[in-house]
Amino acid sequence: MKLIISNISGIPIYEQIKQQVKSAIMSGELHADETLPSLRTLAKDLKISVLTVTRAYTELEEEGFVKNIQGRGCFVLSRGSELLKEQLVCKIENSLSEAINAARVAELSGEELHRLLDILMEEKTDE
Amino acid sequence: MNNYLEVKNLSKSFDNFRLHDISFTLPKGYIMGLIGPNGSGKTTTIKLILNMLKRTEGEVKILGLDNIADEQAAKKSLGVVFDSNYFSDDWKVSQVEKSVSVFYENWNTQRFSELLDKFHISPAKKVKELSKGMQMKLMIACAFSYDAKLLILDEPTSGLDPVSRDELLHILSEYIEDGEHSVLFSTHITGDLERAADYITYISYGELFFSGGKDEFVDSFRIVKGGREELSDDLGKKAFGIRDFATGFEALIKTEDIKLFAHLNVEPATIDDIVVFTSKRGEQYE
Repeated sequence: MKLIISNISGIPIYEQIKQQVKSAIMSGELHADETLPSLRTLAKDLKISVLTVTRAYTELEEEGFVKNIQGRGCFVLSRGSELLKEQLVCKIENSLSEAINAARVAELSGEELHRLLDILMEEKTDE
Repeated sequence: MNNYLEVKNLSKSFDNFRLHDISFTLPKGYIMGLIGPNGSGKTTTIKLILNMLKRTEGEVKILGLDNIADEQAAKKSLGVVFDSNYFSDDWKVSQVEKSVSVFYENWNTQRFSELLDKFHISPAKKVKELSKGMQMKLMIACAFSYDAKLLILDEPTSGLDPVSRDELLHILSEYIEDGEHSVLFSTHITGDLERAADYITYISYGELFFSGGKDEFVDSFRIVKGGREELSDDLGKKAFGIRDFATGFEALIKTEDIKLFAHLNVEPATIDDIVVFTSKRGEQYE
């Protein structure tokens, strides 16, 4: 798995680790039961604090993506990718309801809104 | 034992300076940075831990052992690196080993020669022929050869070039990787700590300003920037230090106060920002 820490992104380092681990789980690069890099080795390799990595791993565990087993490592859970998908669907729902609200204000009909979505999706597939 | 170093209510009075009521704890397996402006008491604190100065009050425990009552036993597990080399200049590196190894029952000759190899130090060289970075690595090699559990470094990075500083940080993070070793190091080059340190203890003018997690420390402050007309009295009261100039101002505030100043430009603070702004305030009060 690739982990790149940016010093200028303004995103806290633990958050960067979390995001990259999540996207590795989503893309299938990290499979269920695979272990994440050892906490202390990762801290050494990335030249960051052990506590920073600990925070990233603990939060990933709290969110249900991995399981920390004392002395054995941090394992990817099988439902990790499902969970991530669920979170993304939730995000899509939120964005869509926001779009619907905006459409109401703009007095756009349901048909027009559908058409707009179709056009945008076509543009994305063209890219 | 989970705490490798415990300092409780440590105080030392001199004629013209007082280190007052310093307490902090360094758990096993972590790196702690000791920071503060020059003359704030960092070296005094380290000397008190090492019993090189007599404390006025307080308590110091090294791996659970009292640093005075059990000094001999405590120092067996302790490695020390100063900003300048403490070996005799005219000794060869091989003589350094001879002189130091007699004090440690568990001295590992093979380990020492492996470390010399790793650090590219020739045993035939005299101490004075080594560069500053090499001398520092020699002190570290000695500490590692008797498997010191706690390494204390006083300003190890001052006077080192960026390459040697990076090497040192790498050596230290390798050292704590197994979770069985801890490091306390004082520095005023806070960039070194920005990433590698787990804990920060910040001493300002002899008083403890903060001791705790580094991320927590950095997160608890923000820098606000704005035009001069935006510099309100309220901000003046909340700020830990303000630098104002012809076209605007910069101030350090507590993160919990940012709601009050959300209309201004708010940025994360670096350790340097925090030390600089909080120390200015100290001077104003003196």
